[in-house]
Amino acid sequence: MPFIPHTPDDVEQMLAAIGAKKIDDLFDEIPKELRIESLAGIPEALNEMQIGRLMAQRAAADGTPLNFIGAGAYEHHIPSAVWAITTRGEFYSAYTPYQAEASQGTLQLIYEYQTMISSLTGMEVSNASMYDGGSAVAEASLMAIRAHRKSRSQRVLVPTTLHPNYRKVAVATASGQGVRFEEVPCPKGVLSVADLAKYQGEDIAALVIQQPNFFGVLEDVDALTDWAHANNILVIASVNPTSLGILKPPGQWGTKGADIACGDCQPLGVPLSSGGPYAGFLTTRMEFVRQMPGRIVGRTVDTNGKQGFALTLQAREQHIRRGKATSNICTNQGLLVTAATIYLSLLGPEGLARVANECHRATQELVAALTRVKGVKLAFDRARFHEAVLLLDRPVGPVLAELAGRGIVGGYDLSNDYPELGNALLVCATETRTAAEIKTYADALAETLKAAVRAA
Amino acid sequence: MSNIPADLKYTKSHEWVRTLANGTVEIGITDHAQGALGDLVFVEVPEAGKSLKAGDAFAVVESVKAASDVYAPIAGAVIEGNSALGSQPELINSEPYGGGWIARMKPSAAPAGLLSAAEYQAHLAAEG
Repeated sequence: MPFIPHTPDDVEQMLAAIGAKKIDDLFDEIPKELRIESLAGIPEALNEMQIGRLMAQRAAADGTPLNFIGAGAYEHHIPSAVWAITTRGEFYSAYTPYQAEASQGTLQLIYEYQTMISSLTGMEVSNASMYDGGSAVAEASLMAIRAHRKSRSQRVLVPTTLHPNYRKVAVATASGQGVRFEEVPCPKGVLSVADLAKYQGEDIAALVIQQPNFFGVLEDVDALTDWAHANNILVIASVNPTSLGILKPPGQWGTKGADIACGDCQPLGVPLSSGGPYAGFLTTRMEFVRQMPGRIVGRTVDTNGKQGFALTLQAREQHIRRGKATSNICTNQGLLVTAATIYLSLLGPEGLARVANECHRATQELVAALTRVKGVKLAFDRARFHEAVLLLDRPVGPVLAELAGRGIVGGYDLSNDYPELGNALLVCATETRTAAEIKTYADALAETLKAAVRAA
Repeated sequence: MSNIPADLKYTKSHEWVRTLANGTVEIGITDHAQGALGDLVFVEVPEAGKSLKAGDAFAVVESVKAASDVYAPIAGAVIEGNSALGSQPELINSEPYGGGWIARMKPSAAPAGLLSAAEYQAHLAAEG
């Protein structure tokens, strides 16, 4: 049953009033060849009971494996209070409501979120959120091109140490608007100033630096930021918010700091839930605030001097600037933002630093345990956060399948995205992995590799 | 009734052009335009050196109720943007033809198609 309140009589009357015979006539200006009469691959509608059963089956298929995969989405402990509060009726909406100022509580929550994210990234201003870490890189790239007053270049450098999905999302989202993403190969697992040498002196709008990078390795963000600024290139930082509990915030990179910092809020209280929904964040300097995409909540006082919250700088937005709006992105991910805000409030800077330190410690233990297994080597032996690339002595796919049979999700197979690395596996341990679980994984991997040798 | 100085040239999109003694020009938005926009809160002025075609959007004026592009009335290169507008965008409201100028340009060709004060007056009357 479609949720359309109009009766056939209502429809007749409205059509008569505007002089149309039938509803289809209203779509006449859309050429026939652009219309889709049916959607191939979309199954018939299910009823509530059927859809409930299907989703329960899908959820059960996820199981509760022992998880050592990160690659952009991370298993963290989520205090019960996070979702108990987030799912209260007062917060239970994805968007900022219409007549946003009538919902002061929602606006205050977004304001607190912006304050925490600005503080975490060391930047001056945050928007009310993005869709996810990938869309945030795309929007940050478009924003950098608008904001770069001394360049009309549409070129954005993306090192291969940036998450492959972020690169794909950025290309899909922004290349239609003329942005040219140029991949910078990083054979050593980090982006170095030497890798960038051939771009010296060229007209380029922005460089994206991921910290920690997709391989878990720490980039030399200070040198890279200073190189970019010396070459008149803006710096977009793509950062893991958990890592900012202990790492230098993008606002302090190099001499001048990054120009835009973005990332994914998923590590902040959002469950993995088979890949989404997550939320993204985006922060910048005040200097560029009018080029920001998305909504921004500001704190003000009313005529009686009482504190109030209001959407601000709306002249950037589509309802005012129409086709020249900075973006049509909205507060679609409001519920995840609520969870992230409550998560950060509960942990505080000290709690977040403890989580980050524990992730790092567990990963060091994991790397030590797994590299003791015969047939396993460490790639990119550098300072890392909570992920590492391992090289196996045989293709990764079958090994992961064998581990999955033992209830272990052994990591992310890099061979599709980085065939040049060989049999490379990206592993991760967060604060949720115990020493016993790490040993379980190492033992299972050793048995798997040994068994396969016998079989061969 | 808005103020339309007789010694300036105008565009239908409500910019004014003043030819300076050295052949360069000063550009701003008209008294009518500032009145229609209301209190200005932000002006994005162009960078020196930017080269423009006539009709290019080269500045943005943002008021409490709207944001609009400002279009180059002539082709040429920007010599300077009015940096005073960074901290005092309201100069456009108080002195649209004076301290509220937006940019100075060096024309690359003789200005064409600009309106006289009387023609601009007639254009405003026709626009209603």
